[in-house]
Amino acid sequence: MARYRKLGLAPVAALATLSMMLAACGSSTPSSSGKLQASAPGITATTILIGSHQPLTGIAAPGYDEIAPASNAYFQYVNAHGGVYGRKIIYKYLNDQYNSSITTTVVRQLILQDHVFAIFNGLGTPTHLAVAPFINAEKVPDLFVASGCACWNAPSTWPETFGWQINYIREGKILGSYVAAHFKGERIAYFYQDDEFGLDGIKGLGYEIPASQVVAKEPYNVNAANPAAEVGTLTAALKASRAQVVIAFAVPAFMALLRLSELSLSYSPQLVSSSVGSDPITISGLLNAYAKKSGSFGDSLIQGMITDSYLPSLGDTTNSWISLFTKIHNEYIPKLPMDGNVLYGMAAAYTFVQAMFKAGRNPTRQDLVNAVNSGLPQGVSVAPYAYSATDHDGITGAYIAEIEKGVLVPLGPTQVTDNTPTGAVTTYTTAQPAAPTSGIP
Amino acid sequence: MTLARNAGLGIIACVVLLVLCSKLDAYRQYQMAQVAATVVAVAGLTVLIGVSGQLSIGHGAFMFVGGYATALLVLHLNWPLALAIVASAVVAGLAGGVMGVAAARLRGPYLAGATLMLAVALPAVAYQWQGVFGGDQGLDFTVNTPGFLGASFQLTEWQGWVCCICLVIVMVLLANLLRSRIGRSWRALRDNETAAALAGLNVARLRVLAFMLSAACAGVAGSLLAMTMLNVTPGAFTLALSIQLLTAVVLGGLGSLAGAVWGGIILVLVPPFLTDFAASHGFSSASASVPIAGYGLVLIIVMLVFPAGIQGGVRRLLGPVAPAATGPVSAIGRRLARRLEEGSTTDARQEGVDKEGTRWPDTAN
Amino acid sequence: MQEFVEFTLGGVSDGVIYAAIGLSLVLIWRATRVLNYAQGGLAMFTSYIALMVINATGNYWLGFVVALAAGLVIGGVVERVVIRPAAGKPHLNTVIVTIGLLILVEGLAGIIYGSKNRSFPTPYSIVGAKIGSFDLGEGASPSAIFTAVAVLAAAGLLAVLFRYTPVGLRMRASAFSGTVAQLMGVRVGRITTLGWALAGLIGALAGMLVTPQTFLYPNSMDSIFVLGFTAAVIGGLDSPGGAIVGGLILGVLLNYVTGYVGSNLPELAGLALLILVLMFRPSGLFASTATRQV
Repeated sequence: MARYRKLGLAPVAALATLSMMLAACGSSTPSSSGKLQASAPGITATTILIGSHQPLTGIAAPGYDEIAPASNAYFQYVNAHGGVYGRKIIYKYLNDQYNSSITTTVVRQLILQDHVFAIFNGLGTPTHLAVAPFINAEKVPDLFVASGCACWNAPSTWPETFGWQINYIREGKILGSYVAAHFKGERIAYFYQDDEFGLDGIKGLGYEIPASQVVAKEPYNVNAANPAAEVGTLTAALKASRAQVVIAFAVPAFMALLRLSELSLSYSPQLVSSSVGSDPITISGLLNAYAKKSGSFGDSLIQGMITDSYLPSLGDTTNSWISLFTKIHNEYIPKLPMDGNVLYGMAAAYTFVQAMFKAGRNPTRQDLVNAVNSGLPQGVSVAPYAYSATDHDGITGAYIAEIEKGVLVPLGPTQVTDNTPTGAVTTYTTAQPAAPTSGIP
Repeated sequence: MTLARNAGLGIIACVVLLVLCSKLDAYRQYQMAQVAATVVAVAGLTVLIGVSGQLSIGHGAFMFVGGYATALLVLHLNWPLALAIVASAVVAGLAGGVMGVAAARLRGPYLAGATLMLAVALPAVAYQWQGVFGGDQGLDFTVNTPGFLGASFQLTEWQGWVCCICLVIVMVLLANLLRSRIGRSWRALRDNETAAALAGLNVARLRVLAFMLSAACAGVAGSLLAMTMLNVTPGAFTLALSIQLLTAVVLGGLGSLAGAVWGGIILVLVPPFLTDFAASHGFSSASASVPIAGYGLVLIIVMLVFPAGIQGGVRRLLGPVAPAATGPVSAIGRRLARRLEEGSTTDARQEGVDKEGTRWPDTAN
Repeated sequence: MQEFVEFTLGGVSDGVIYAAIGLSLVLIWRATRVLNYAQGGLAMFTSYIALMVINATGNYWLGFVVALAAGLVIGGVVERVVIRPAAGKPHLNTVIVTIGLLILVEGLAGIIYGSKNRSFPTPYSIVGAKIGSFDLGEGASPSAIFTAVAVLAAAGLLAVLFRYTPVGLRMRASAFSGTVAQLMGVRVGRITTLGWALAGLIGALAGMLVTPQTFLYPNSMDSIFVLGFTAAVIGGLDSPGGAIVGGLILGVLLNYVTGYVGSNLPELAGLALLILVLMFRPSGLFASTATRQV
C-alpha cells in the first residue's frame, strides 16, 4: 500500500486558487528580450525536446493512441506560428505498450540518453507510477500526467510531477452530488475498475451518496482473460440487485461491454459514467455494428447517459476552443476522428505551451516547474487549475452533461470541489475564457 | 578442479564486466543491468528446456515471484539486498518445485498449456490481495549504494555491478552443474527417458529438480529486474514476457549457456532500437507495428535458416576447433565461452547426435 | 435463480467459443503434432478481412463466407510456407515459428488496420430470450444460439468427415503414423495441408463468433486463444469431443467464479482446474490411450 498517499490538507478553495493565480501571473512576466541560448538539457537556441511514454500498440492503444498525435499536431501548429519564443517543440513519444516495465526503459532512454527537457503527458496510472520516482530523482519536470490519479498531487515527495485532468476523487464527488440530488431514495449500484482509477472514483461517490442507497458494488478486472464474459456476469449481478441507477468508473471498452450486456439482459437502469468512459464517438463507435441487429444503433444506446466533462463539449460548435482545435485537426491530422481523445491531446498540449511561455525565454528545468507552481490561468478547461507550490492537482471541476444524439449537452453550470470528504461541491460561475485568436497562449 | 577453473574464469569475467560497466553512461549501465538480469532468466530456462527436456511457456511467473519477494523483503523487513536476492531465489525455487511436482507427469503441449496458464493467472494474485501486493501499481522500494563506494557513486552503476556479479555467479554454478552428475542425468533423461529410468535414475525427482533450479534462476532475474527498476508491478510480468524468454532461449541456441547470453542481449537491446526506428518514421500506431511484424518475420526466418540459433551459427562459423590463441585476453575469452557451452555441447558431440551439436527434446512443443 | 441461469447459459455460450478454438488446435495437433500458437492471430486476421467485406457490401453472410474461405486458404498456405520447411528441424523450432507467425500477423494487422478497436457485427440480435417474465440472459439470445449451433455443426461435420469419408480415413491414418500411412500410399503431405486448412477454417469461424464481444484489434484474440488452448488441453489434444467438453467446463467455471467469488479470480480458478485435471489425466480428460513417448 506504499502508493496510497494520504492527501491531507492539500486542497485549496476555488476562489483562493483564482486569486493566487492572478497574483502569480502578475509577478512573473517573462522577459521579452535576450539571446536564445541552450539554457537546459533538451533546449537549444532553436528547439525544445520533450518526451513521453504512450501506448501506441497493445491493449490500451485503441483510442489512447490518438492522444499523442493530437498533442503533436498542436505543437506543429505552434511551431508553424512562431513557436515558443521562436523555438520549435520536438515531441518524442515512445511506445510503452501500457507495460510498466517498458515504460521504465523508455523513460530512462528519454532522460538519460535523449536528454529531454521535460516529460509531458505520460499516459497511464500504473505505467507512470513506475517512473515517477525516477523522473523526480533526475529532477526532470513531469508535466500533466495523462491520468486522473490523485497520487500525482504529492509536491513534497514528487516536486516535479503535476496532474492535469480532473482527478477521480473530485470527479466522483461531482457525479455523486448530482446523483444524490436527482435520484433521491433510488437504488444505486457501482460498476468500477478494480484499481486506483475505480477505487478513487467510488471514494468520491461515497462522500456524496448515502451508503444506504448503494445496493451493489461490482468491481471488474481490466486484465480479465475474457472481458465480455466477465462484464456479462457482473451485469447479471447488477440486475439481480435491482439497482435503478448504475454509476460506472470504467474505460471505454468496458463501458461499451456494460451497455451491451444490459441490452442482452433486458436491463435498463439510468447509466451514469465518469468522463473516462463516456466519449460519445468512441463508445457509439464500439456499439454501432453490434447493436444493429438488436433493433438499436450506437448513438441510441448511449442516448440519455449522464456523465461529466472538464473540457468544452465537441457538440458546441460555437465554442472558440472547439473551433480552434477542429481547425488544427483538419489541417494536421485529418485521418483521425475528431473525438474526445484528440480534444484531450490538444488541450493538454495547449496547457504545456502555456507553461513554457510562462517559464521564460531561456528557461531551466526549475523555471518550468516554478512556472506551474505559481499557477496557470484557466484556458482550455471549464474550471480553473489547482496548481500552486503546495498543490499539484490540475483541473478542479467539471459540468454534468447528458448524451443526446451523440454529443454532450450540459445539464448545468460547472461544479468545482476539492479532494476532502467534507469539502462542498459548489457552482463555478466565472465563464470560460475564449481561445486566443492566434490559437497560441 | 573444474570448479576451481570455472570459478577463476568467473572472477576474471566479473572484473571485466565491472570495469566495462564503470566506463558506460548511466543509460548504458541500466541496459547492462537489464541484459545481465535477463540472461540469468534465459540461462535458467535454457537448462530446463534444452538440458532437462521440459518446456515452460510461463517462466515470467517465477520472475514475478522473485520480484515481489524482493520488494516485500526490502520494503517491510529492510533486508539487505544480497540476502533478499538469495531469498527470492529460494522462494521462486519453491514455487517452481510446486509447479514441477504438478508438471512431473506432463509432456509436450500439456506442460506448455499448464505453464502458459500459470503465466496468465499468477499476476491476478497481485490484484486480488491489493493490500499486500499493491494491485495494479505494484510496490516501490529503494536501493542505496553502499557507503564504502563513496557518496558520488552512481546508483545505475551499482545496479549494473550487482546484476553482473549475480550473472557470473549463476553462470559459474550452472556451468558446473551441467558438467556434474546431475547435468549428465538430465541429458540422459532428455535423450531417452525410459533408458534413463532403466539405468536407475529417479526421473520424477530429476525433472522436479530442473524445474526448481530454473525457477530459482527466474526468481533471481525477477529480483534483479525489480532492483534495477526500483519497483514491481503485475504489468511487468505479462504472458508476452514469458514468450519472449522462450524465443530468446531458442534464438540464442537451445541448451547453451553462451546462447542464453545472445538471447538476453537481443531481448533487451533490440526493442529500444526498434522503438527508435518507429519513432523516426512518424510515431503512429501503424509505424509502431512495423518493428513488431519485423520481429515476427525475423523469428521465423532464423528458425528456418539457423535452426540451432545464434550460438549454433557462431559455432558453424568458427568451425569445429578454435584457431590458435593470438593473445591472452582472447584465449581467456574463448576458454570462458567454451566452458559456458561445454555442459551441453561436448557430450552431445561425443555422442554424435546431430551436426548442429545440440540435441533437441522430442517432447517439447 | 435467474442470476444462476444467466451465469450458466452465459458460460455455455462463452465456452462454445473456447471449444471452437480448441477444436482447431486439435485438428492441427492430430495432423502434424504441432501446437499452432498463431491460431488466434490468424482468426483475428480473417475477422479483419470479413469486416472489410461487410463494410463494403453491407452483407454479413458474404463476409462470413469470405472469412471462412480465407481461413481455409491461409491455414493451408501457412502449412506449406512456414511449417513444412521446419519439419526436419527440432520440434521446438516449429513452436517458435508459430509464435513468430503470431507476432507477424499482429504486426501486419497493426500496419494495415491500425490499433483502433472496431465494432464487429452479429448476424442476429443479442437480446436474451424470455420465458414469460423469466429472463434467460445473453446466453439465450438468437446470436448466442447461432454461435452454439455453428460450432456444434462444424464439430459434427468434422466427425462425419473423419469417420465416413476416404479423406477422413487418410487423415486419421496420417495422424496415427505418418510413415505407415505413407507406405500405404497416402499422400501425407496433402493430407497434412488439408488438416491445417480445415483448422484455419474452424479458427476463422471462432473469430467471427467471438469478435463481436472482444471488439476487433490486433491483439483481440490473444486471451481467447489462451482459453481455447486450455480447453483443448483439459479435453485432451487428440480428442475433438474433448475440446468441446473442455470448453464448456471452462466457460461455465469462469462465469461462476466471476459471479460468486470475485472478478480477479477466474484465471486462477482456470489454472487450478487445469492442474487438477492433468494431475489425474496427464493427457487430458479424453486421452484415447496412455501414450508415452520413448
